[in-house]
This record gives sequence, C-alpha cells and structure tokens, in this order.
Amino acid sequence: MIEHGSQVKELADKHGRRRDSLIPILQGLLEGRNYLTDEDMVQVAKELDISAADVYGTASFYSFMDTEVRGKYVIRVCKTISCSMKGKNEVLRTIEDTLKIKVGETTSDRQFSLLETNCIGWCHKAPAILINDTPYTELTPEKVTEILQEYIKKQ
Amino acid sequence: MANAGLKRVDLIFDQVNVKEILEKTLKKEPEEIIQDILDSGLRGRGGAGFPTGLKWKYTATEKDPVKYIVCNADEGEPGTFKDRQILDEVPRKVFGGMAVASKAIGAKTGYIYLRGEYKFLVPKIEEELEVFHHILKELKHDFTIHLRLGCGAYICGEESALFESIEGFRGEPRNKPPYPTSFGLFGKPTSINNVETLVYAFMICRIGVKRFHDLGTKDSRGSKVFSVSGDTPKAGIYELELGMTVERFVEEFGDGDTKAVQVGGASGFCVPRKKFSDTIIGFEGVPTGGSMKLFNSSRSMYNVLHNYLDFFSEESCGQCTPCRIGCQQLLLGIQAVKKGEKNSRYLDELIKLAGTMKLASKCGLGQSVGNAFKSIVENFKEEIIY
Repeated sequence: MIEHGSQVKELADKHGRRRDSLIPILQGLLEGRNYLTDEDMVQVAKELDISAADVYGTASFYSFMDTEVRGKYVIRVCKTISCSMKGKNEVLRTIEDTLKIKVGETTSDRQFSLLETNCIGWCHKAPAILINDTPYTELTPEKVTEILQEYIKKQ
Repeated sequence: MANAGLKRVDLIFDQVNVKEILEKTLKKEPEEIIQDILDSGLRGRGGAGFPTGLKWKYTATEKDPVKYIVCNADEGEPGTFKDRQILDEVPRKVFGGMAVASKAIGAKTGYIYLRGEYKFLVPKIEEELEVFHHILKELKHDFTIHLRLGCGAYICGEESALFESIEGFRGEPRNKPPYPTSFGLFGKPTSINNVETLVYAFMICRIGVKRFHDLGTKDSRGSKVFSVSGDTPKAGIYELELGMTVERFVEEFGDGDTKAVQVGGASGFCVPRKKFSDTIIGFEGVPTGGSMKLFNSSRSMYNVLHNYLDFFSEESCGQCTPCRIGCQQLLLGIQAVKKGEKNSRYLDELIKLAGTMKLASKCGLGQSVGNAFKSIVENFKEEIIY
C-alpha cells in the first residue's frame, strides 16, 4: 500500500490549498502513476477542506484523469477523422495483438493500458498516438511494433 | 469579395527581437495600443473571430484593479495543429503578445492554458518563460505569466469552461452574458485570446497597422495560419493571406480528386465541390480556426459525419439537454437511417433538431454541431442514406 498522504501534503505545499490548487495537485499525483485512487482523492479533499465527492466529481470530468487502475504506460490512440482516414485501425489492431489487450484494458503485469482518445493535434502526420505524454506519429503496424518493443524492453 | 489568390505570408514564424519590440510598445499609452489593434482589423484567430481591439477595449474600460490576460492554448478542434507549432517555434512572441495585452488592459497576471495533449511542450515553455520574465524585469513591466495544464477535455477550449478549469472545477461553460471582459477568470475582467491572435497583435506592434490591414479583405483583414490535412500531398502548416476561395485553396492543396473540404473542423462547414468557387475562406464566408481538411472521392461522408457526431457526443460537457441529448440523437439518427430502421425523411427531423440545438444550447459546442451536420447531410444525402 503506497502512502499517499505525505505526497499530497508536499503537492499542497507546492501549489497551495485554494480551490484552484486542486487540478495541479491531482496532476502532480498522476505523474508517473496514471490514475487516482479513492485514497488519493480523500487525502486531497482533507488537505483542501472540500468534500471527497467534489474532488471525485472534478477529476472524473477530465478524460486524462483516470480514476480506474491504469498501467505504467498509458497508450492513447487518436480516433478522430484524419487519423481514422490514415490507418488508425491497423495500428490499433497491432497494439491489441502485441499486448494481448483490447481498448479500455490493462495488461496483467500492469505495464500497459490501451485507450482511444480524440484529436491530439498531429493530423498532418496521422495516424498518431500518445504513450503517457510522448506523441508518436506517422505510424504503421511495423513502426508501432518497434515502439512497443522498446517500451517492453525498458522493464 | 475574394482576393486574387493564394499568398504566403511570414509574420508568425519569423524570428524577431522580442525585447526590442516590447521596449518600444510598452512606452505607448494603453489607449494608443488598443487603437492600433482596432485599426488593424485583427479578429480572433481561434475560430470565433471577435475583434481583438474591441475585446481589449472592453476589458480596459472595466474599473476592477484586478484583471487577467489568458492565452487559450487548448487547441482541440479536429484538424487544428497550428498553435502547437507556434508555441514550439516562437513561444516568446506569444508571451510578448500577452505582455502587450497586459499593458493595454491593465493586467498584472496572465495565464496560459495548455492542453494536456501538448504536455511535452512544458519544459521548453517553462525555460522560455523564465527568460521572458527576466526581460520584463529589465523593462520594468509588472506582469507575470503562469502555466496551467488541461487534462483531456475539448470543451475546455470554450472560454468560460477554460476559466472553470483553471479555477479547479469541472470544465462546464457558464451562461453568457456576463462576458469574460467583465466577468472572467476568478470573476474578474479578463481578455482571453488564442495563441495565434496574440502573436499577430505582437507583430502588428512591429510592422505597423497598415501592413497588416492591407492584407486580406474588408471583413477578413490580415493573414492566418492554416493546418492542412486529409487527402492532400501537402499536409502541414501554412500562413496565408485571408480571403481566398476554396477553389484556389484546393488548386494548391488538393490531390486532384477533392470532393469536399471541411473548413473549421468538426464544428465547421463542409464545402462540396460545386460550391468551391463561390466560397471564401474568411469571416464573410466560412470562418475557421485554421483546420482545413480535404476529402477525396474515396471517402464516405457518412463515415466523416459519424466520426464528428461521435466526437461531439463524447466531448459534450453534458450539462444542458439540447447538446447532451441532441448530439446522441443525431448520431443514433444517422445510424438508424443507414440501417434502414428509419425512413430517409427522418433526416429532415434531424436537421430540425440541429437547428433547435443551435438556438437552445448553452455554449458554442452544441450550437455548432448543426454546421457540419446540415452541410454534410444536405450535400451528400445519398452517402448518408445508402
């Protein structure tokens, strides 16, 4: 069980304890962890003196603030029209086949999660994905396999 | 009136001495700066096209001692990727525009709201900001810029939803009026401007009003950065004079088989081939935040519309019924017609629904869904039905 209490305090010391400190604090917790636990949100609520429901209500609005368990690397595949026109389905299928998970799922070793997302701003180099904060563009099934292999080797 | 043709311009990405321009401009009175921007005819480059000079003027006339300048860097309209390049290549010009605005309106604090999908730009922006703050100190101008990150919500590009997000809430748009210039971020008078608008405002301080005003047309002064994608051999970012026809644009960027151009992203208009020569890219014709998407004859416009409606259903904040339910019903509707579960005349009902959404939705998202819906259904009816 990870102790989040001290991390929340550190983040609150850094960003403040006002209402507008909420999202920077939550974003700080998401660094490298990719999802918020119930304990996280309760701790933040206590620190900012607001209700845990309010924290959850705010966090759950934002699609990059996951409140479900996610892996170390979150892969987001753009599904908006330009990427869809340029081969996103083949790229998605390749990722699914390589990692043996479907969209919305996380690998059993908690390394990778696969999600779809909307336009990430690389339409001229479609299809594109994000792995955590890093964009990868002009993808083909071969290229994406290479990229995934590098991430797999990283462990 | 369209202008002669396609003219490339180099105002945005040109590297300039930001400190020099600031030094000269910050010596002017706020009224003088605002008058210049008004005279230039500069209109917002994020898509809505509100006259920038007016926005600064309204904010300046407010009596509150606390005011804000906000840079909307939540570029999320499908097919728009020009602000990313601007922030990557010339961030100091963006900050420069904010500093000029701060002098004009009387703000001491600025915020840049950067979409979460562009988080990889943060190290560079923070580095550049540090240098910029030093320049401001040397010039003795009291103005600090803070960086805030979005978190995967298209709707946070809407000005009031953006404020809600910075304030720590769900990104749900507010009722307007009151408008941001009187009640904006933290309830204070705020001028919120697009990344590109701020760079143009800054460059007008350098090149002068006339040079900018002489470009473009009567209703669309100046130039604009376009992000071109889809069925084109020239996908990329281009700064062009405003006011060309879609025909001229397709001559340059098409692949020889262009059947439609979506101008303004998912919330914009689909221009079919027969209307290319009659349609001007600008505020007097089809406005755009920059997104230009070309579709050739191999594309199914049903597929395109389905993609856009899926996008809106997901990105709708959900607080107002016309948009929340309307987006879903439009999507279900075209699916039902395609499957034959509903007669093709049902499309007329859906067009009426889109019209209702335009009148009754709380914000621009719900109000704009009908643009793409109507223009695609009316011009490509058979592809939608069969």
